[in-house]
Amino acid sequence: MAPTSTPAYEIKALSFFVLSITGSIFLVVAGLLTYSVIKYRAKQADQLSEPAQIYGSTQIELAWTVIPVLIVIVLFLTTARLIFAIQDAPEPEPSLDVTVIGHQFWWEFRYPKLGIVTANELHVPLSSEQAPVPTYLTLLSADVDHSFWVPQLAGKTDLIPNHPNATWINPLEPGLYVGQCAQFCGAQHALMLLRVYVDDPDQFSAWAKNQQEPAVEDPGVAAGRRVFETQACMSCHTIRGTAATGRFGPDLTHLMSRQTLASGAADNNVQTLKQWIQNPASFKSACLMPAMQLNDQQLDQVTDYLATLR
Amino acid sequence: MGENSLRLPGSIDLAPSRSFTETFPEWLHEWVVTVDHKRLGMLYIVYAIFFLLVAGAEAVAIRIQLAFPGNHFLVAQAFNRFFTMHGTTMVFLVGMPILFGFGNYVVPLQIGARDMAYPRLNAFSFWLTAFGGLFLYYSFLGGGGLYGVGSAPDVGWWAYAPLTAKAFSPGHATDYWALALIVSGFGTLGTAINIIATVVSMRCKGMTMMRLPLFSWLMLVVSGLTLITITPLTAAQIMLLIDRYLGGHFFDTQAGGSAVIWMHFFWIFGHPEVYVLVLPAFAIANEVIPVFSRKAIFGYPAMVAASVGIAFISLSVWAHHMFTIGMTSVSNTFFVLSTMLVGIPTGIKIFNWLATIWGGKIRFATPMLFCTAFLYQFLIAGLTGIMLSVAPWNWQLHNSYFVIAHFHYVLVGAIVFCIFAGIYYWYPKATGRMLNEKLGKWHFWLFLIGYHVTFDTMFFVGILGMPRSIYTYEPNRGWNTLNLIVSAGGIIQALAVLLFAVNLIWSYFRGQQAGNDPWDAWTLEWGTTSPPPPYNFAEDPIVRSRRPLWDLKHPEDPDWEYEG
Repeated sequence: MAPTSTPAYEIKALSFFVLSITGSIFLVVAGLLTYSVIKYRAKQADQLSEPAQIYGSTQIELAWTVIPVLIVIVLFLTTARLIFAIQDAPEPEPSLDVTVIGHQFWWEFRYPKLGIVTANELHVPLSSEQAPVPTYLTLLSADVDHSFWVPQLAGKTDLIPNHPNATWINPLEPGLYVGQCAQFCGAQHALMLLRVYVDDPDQFSAWAKNQQEPAVEDPGVAAGRRVFETQACMSCHTIRGTAATGRFGPDLTHLMSRQTLASGAADNNVQTLKQWIQNPASFKSACLMPAMQLNDQQLDQVTDYLATLR
Repeated sequence: MGENSLRLPGSIDLAPSRSFTETFPEWLHEWVVTVDHKRLGMLYIVYAIFFLLVAGAEAVAIRIQLAFPGNHFLVAQAFNRFFTMHGTTMVFLVGMPILFGFGNYVVPLQIGARDMAYPRLNAFSFWLTAFGGLFLYYSFLGGGGLYGVGSAPDVGWWAYAPLTAKAFSPGHATDYWALALIVSGFGTLGTAINIIATVVSMRCKGMTMMRLPLFSWLMLVVSGLTLITITPLTAAQIMLLIDRYLGGHFFDTQAGGSAVIWMHFFWIFGHPEVYVLVLPAFAIANEVIPVFSRKAIFGYPAMVAASVGIAFISLSVWAHHMFTIGMTSVSNTFFVLSTMLVGIPTGIKIFNWLATIWGGKIRFATPMLFCTAFLYQFLIAGLTGIMLSVAPWNWQLHNSYFVIAHFHYVLVGAIVFCIFAGIYYWYPKATGRMLNEKLGKWHFWLFLIGYHVTFDTMFFVGILGMPRSIYTYEPNRGWNTLNLIVSAGGIIQALAVLLFAVNLIWSYFRGQQAGNDPWDAWTLEWGTTSPPPPYNFAEDPIVRSRRPLWDLKHPEDPDWEYEG
């Protein structure tokens, strides 16, 4: 679980510093305690007499007040420095802006400057020391409190309704990073998983270009599209270029470009997709998507249609 | 000089003991209508031990579910109810009642009083607390409960808005949570007022504030702190009910309310609450450690000052539970500092206990074993608290299992260990019989091992990124083995607690006779019979130092010659 992004690196360095101080305090105090517990055990022979009574000492009290005060000062100053460095870091150019919206129990990602809307799988460009392209996240919530946490990239920040928050990452190694919602948000809090793909710049622009396109129109699956638009699907989901503009559930315009369904609860392929539409609770009990009670023919048609949305 | 007017127990005029012809309804009636502080104290403690077993069983269910990834022992909704009820029960129905139970039982005895200042308020407070608890547990049956999964609260014991709003918590689960805690909260306030009045005005002749035994001193501080902290919680819960039923919008974010305000209300209660629970634990350690080390407490004035200091500082640290909610860098920095400052008075306490042990002749009876473990565990609890106060690190650790491990180090490693110490210590006084030492040692060692297997491992699960409150996890996250170990430790702890329960019952009937003063202790409660007669002392004692029984036992070397 090595960190791979700027705030996470710095936090790790600070944590090692704090751990070394607290660890030393532990060794000293626990050592003294162990020594005295062993040394001053009552021996059978002297059960009867009482030891010398000592009531206190002002000098000693002062000494063990002043030393902790000094330690606190050191820890506080180091911590304060990093708080300001992370929280008040100016946003450089170029950088990527993404708006993250927490929902029960999935993530919506909107890239306002790129005109992209997607869900559950966040793609960000790789940054580097020479040409930094950090990603700045605006954190909102559509319903209850959530928390955005991908440990290898940065600490967590909450998504609170009526209280916009912000955080940033500056990932320096490509790859897939897994995290999840870290603030209890209701029945399926546990399966509100989060995937962040750090793509190298070419991959990222190819991905972005594809996402900006409207949905693929394949006349072969027109029947499925009709099912989607005439059943309740469209009142919750958007497929750009069609009549479906719902916002309660994830945007499905490029559904098949995502590797997972249901906020990471299942792999995304035709079989799981079909099962998901038929009975969402089979992957994710108590999720807010209802079982649509489609007949077999409708189910096949709508699955075939969604499977074309690359 | 040297003459002490406290009469030795043998001379106390005992009230006639209960006749054996008493019928069961008479016996029950006596317990229900009692206003005797000792009986009420025992009722509190028995009530709390009952809920300790219940909430412990909930914890075991939680750990069985999390022992394996993708386990199906509990469904998501049931798991959420269980962890909410586990937390709520342990804090409100176990922690506070048991500690007030000790306060009720011990404080009047220790200060040489005949009862609490307001015996009827005392009984009223207990029954409020008791009905609050029963009401909370009725939620498993009542409301929508009969339809299936029960309607026990499922919003976390912190109950963050707006998850508690009507829109997201239909049904009555949240109402049970708020109403039960309002009711038991009023009981708590009554007891707090009572303890303050008792300590301030009922002390026996000669017992100045600086001769007050530390246990009573800390109960006084705790009661003051309780008055300050329960109030905002009760206010917030009433606001929540107004939101839910009277169209209020305090926390209703969809109508412009604020989720953050709830967090502030909750934690300005919630953090001092930790100290409300831990200060009585310190209070117990303050009695047990000197007696079993055979030395006077080191630095009595410093211990008093540190306790008051902790209570004071604890009122200014609440937002360290909120480092991730997007406060400004300046606010974050302020709460880092205030939080770290708590480390100073708590450090002083640990050093003073260490100095008390130093040079003593330690007897490792069961109470002292628990207190010794407490010292190590509280040290770790404090140091991990310092780690969590480092805001940037907190952004990683917050709401992870690291936090769970940390606060269980406080709540179990410090508080529960001291509660066990307190029970082993005062059980002979309350019942006249010793708890079985052999079972006690089995209880201690099993509990110690189970405790460390569980909570030490949890630190690592947390550092590996496992968040709290999740009912299941994926097998590929690297948490599998560690979770299994954590769960195994939970089972060991449960066994130890069962041994303890067996010991409580067995010793009540078969335990060795205790006598008045089995530990050769120094405070006034050991100067009367075990169990003490109604109204405690035939004659009001007069004291001249912090350890009146030491003075009696050592007329050649009394404390008052040394105390400043």
